[in-house]
Amino acid sequence: MKPGTLSKSLKSGAIWGFIVLELIFFSIAGEFLSLSDKAFMDWENMLLLLKQSAPIGIIAMGMTIVMVNGNIDLSVGATFAIAAIVLLDSMTWPIFAGLGDWVIPVAWLLALAVGAMLGALNGFIVWKTGVDAFIVTLGSMLGYRGIVFMFNGEQPTSHLNWTLVDFAEAEFLGLATASWFLLGVTLVIWFVMAKTVHGRNAYAIGDNREAAVNAGIRVGPHMMINFAIIGFLAALSAVVFYSESGSVNPNDGQLYELWVITAVVLGGTKITGGAGSVIGTFGGVIAIQLLRKGLGHIGADTSTVNLVIGLILIAVLILDRQLNVKGKEELKV
Amino acid sequence: MSDPVLRLEGIVKTFPGVRALDGVSFSVMPGEVHALMGENGAGKSTLMKVLGGIHQPNEGHIFMGDEKAVMAGPLEAKAKGIVFIHQELSLAEELSVAENIYLGELPRKSFGRVDWSTLEENTNTILKKLNVGFDATTRVGDLSIANQQMVEIARALTVDAKAVIFDEPTASLTDAEKSVLFDVIADLKADGVGIIYISHRMEEIFKITDRISVLRDGQYQGTVNTRDSNEESVTQMMIGRKLDLSRNASHHELGDVALEVRGLSCGKLYSDISFEVRRGEVVGFYGLVGAGRTEIAETLFGLRDPSGGQILLNGEEVRISSPADAIARGISLVPEDRKGQGLVLGMNCRDNMTLPQVDDLKAGPFVAEGAEIAIFDQYRDRLDIRTPGWKQQVGNLSGGNQQKIVIGKWLSMHPNVLIVDEPTRGIDVGSKSEIHKLLRELAAQGYAVMVISSEMPEVLHVSDRTVAMYSGQIMRTFTSDEVTEDNLIQAISGIKSGQAA
Repeated sequence: MKPGTLSKSLKSGAIWGFIVLELIFFSIAGEFLSLSDKAFMDWENMLLLLKQSAPIGIIAMGMTIVMVNGNIDLSVGATFAIAAIVLLDSMTWPIFAGLGDWVIPVAWLLALAVGAMLGALNGFIVWKTGVDAFIVTLGSMLGYRGIVFMFNGEQPTSHLNWTLVDFAEAEFLGLATASWFLLGVTLVIWFVMAKTVHGRNAYAIGDNREAAVNAGIRVGPHMMINFAIIGFLAALSAVVFYSESGSVNPNDGQLYELWVITAVVLGGTKITGGAGSVIGTFGGVIAIQLLRKGLGHIGADTSTVNLVIGLILIAVLILDRQLNVKGKEELKV
Repeated sequence: MSDPVLRLEGIVKTFPGVRALDGVSFSVMPGEVHALMGENGAGKSTLMKVLGGIHQPNEGHIFMGDEKAVMAGPLEAKAKGIVFIHQELSLAEELSVAENIYLGELPRKSFGRVDWSTLEENTNTILKKLNVGFDATTRVGDLSIANQQMVEIARALTVDAKAVIFDEPTASLTDAEKSVLFDVIADLKADGVGIIYISHRMEEIFKITDRISVLRDGQYQGTVNTRDSNEESVTQMMIGRKLDLSRNASHHELGDVALEVRGLSCGKLYSDISFEVRRGEVVGFYGLVGAGRTEIAETLFGLRDPSGGQILLNGEEVRISSPADAIARGISLVPEDRKGQGLVLGMNCRDNMTLPQVDDLKAGPFVAEGAEIAIFDQYRDRLDIRTPGWKQQVGNLSGGNQQKIVIGKWLSMHPNVLIVDEPTRGIDVGSKSEIHKLLRELAAQGYAVMVISSEMPEVLHVSDRTVAMYSGQIMRTFTSDEVTEDNLIQAISGIKSGQAA
């Protein structure tokens, strides 16, 4: 075996091993601790888990591209809230009154366009000013959230369209609409990252930006496209979720950015860019949702869940570092 | 004769699957400058890590004086008087010179306050010894690379050093700065310190060292007195064969002018630059660091906007606004800093090689992997790139093979003009001659090649014509018949021909 192979396979497979571990642990612990007599690994329960993973998962796919690129986007939670408001509020606008149910695709497109534009704005600022994406999106996170509160104060924005709710609650081949969107987005982004020139360039820019510039890659526009993609996906996540719930609070989506980043990092994407995989991110998303659900299953409350996920994230990063150091040591000749 | 300050006896260090050091023994006398030579991968770095306490030897011993010394870690090595001056600087740019020199050992007053006056005093004493033009309170980030290196050396002088190890100290120094460094080494020598001097540069080795020890593939090849040896014999010890560094001039017909530059200027960096490069010739650019050579290359590649003048490609005036633009016009740049500017180290060989043209190769929206592999295979064979396969990460290749990947990347796009900045920096002697041969072959095949180099033998070896630059200006352009080491040195030192050196 070549040096480094072991640590590499350990790393790429680690998230799935962790998921298996979670399943076993919660199944056994559930036998003793759970109040319900339903097994944890119940099929229905697993399908529900996939559906519940969708809001974070869809955004996490965008975050994977952005982070592989060597950037980060902290504004996704606020973008999520704005897109939700646009979706629900636009359906009540008088100019669309004559459309009947055709207002649904119009509202969807509107929300998605707003999301993509907010993302592109982040990217444009990063491109043209050269300011670090962390700072730019920290600013836009506050700014976008401000817009949310300006719109309706502390009041929720609500509009229930029953056709839309039916669509959102529908199931196809046993999977909920939200699950299909998550799987679809995962597949598309996987294709982009693994098979297209855009994906190849994303890795190159994240690994060595200067070399990418010297190879003639237009780094600024490339990064702007990625920010537009994550903005679009944040809006898509909102659209899928609020089609069903029909009411958005101005605080909704807060801390989403951190959950998303946690999932992406658990899935093996390097914070400094240049490495990461969409499949790994998918694993990270599932692992987190499993943990939340599992801890709930054995009777832990929300604060415990946060504590445990925080500890696991740090443990994973330490482990990752150890594996990296070992791999390097072997190559040092 | 006195005892050696440092003696290595049968040092063996193995890593899984590799015998990195295989019975290395030599000694360094007090007041001796001892060169350690070998190609990249010969085991020099590993040996230094053993000396520095980073690796423990599997067999063999280190003696300091007549005592056996075990270096359990870097701190212990330092405490025993072994000091390293690394090629790569490790300084805190935002801190002052004094803070950097005494980092971790700042003098203190009561309540843990820093004793600034003592700190400044001590630092200035050391700086005076080094005869440098800055003082203790200067911010390190404001210093030139050469002066930053002086700070590293000053740091070494704060401990009672018995052996000082210089690892490629002149890599980023100009000739004037080098001579200051050599003075410092002479002072250390006079104080009875033993010095190990690692360098690829033969001229320096023969100028300042007393003995030369050579490693090859982790094995100790022997130690010779510098006086009794010459470049050729040392090279032969290093690579096991002879190196050709004779002059070269093209014997084939030259083609049309591929690139012409007229009166090009860029602020204070360079001004009124005019030259032409024909198809089938190699034009060398020689000068001191900061003479403006790299900046001209960067302008031609669209990384810098010129403030005046014209660039003509195949006789037609062009404006080059970005690297993408330059590439589209057939200008390629093999940059100075291979790892920092040329390669994506985490990517595999194939992806690196096709990076600039992956967009042209695509099938629909997808990367055309088959076409990419075909290109990689073609240039691997043509440039003799030694790698297990295209999947190999570029970061794992040797410097010479990495450089060939960068060159192959551009050749596969059939450029009009190939600009190569420092083609063999940090590359071992064997690969060096391969790259030189390759550059000559490219000219013979009709490429217009610009080579920028800080190594005179290299420039003389590969160029048909040599442009000598000094302080942002072209002093003179030599044909290969005219150029000699003497008149080239005079030209790059700003001395007009005819004047005494």
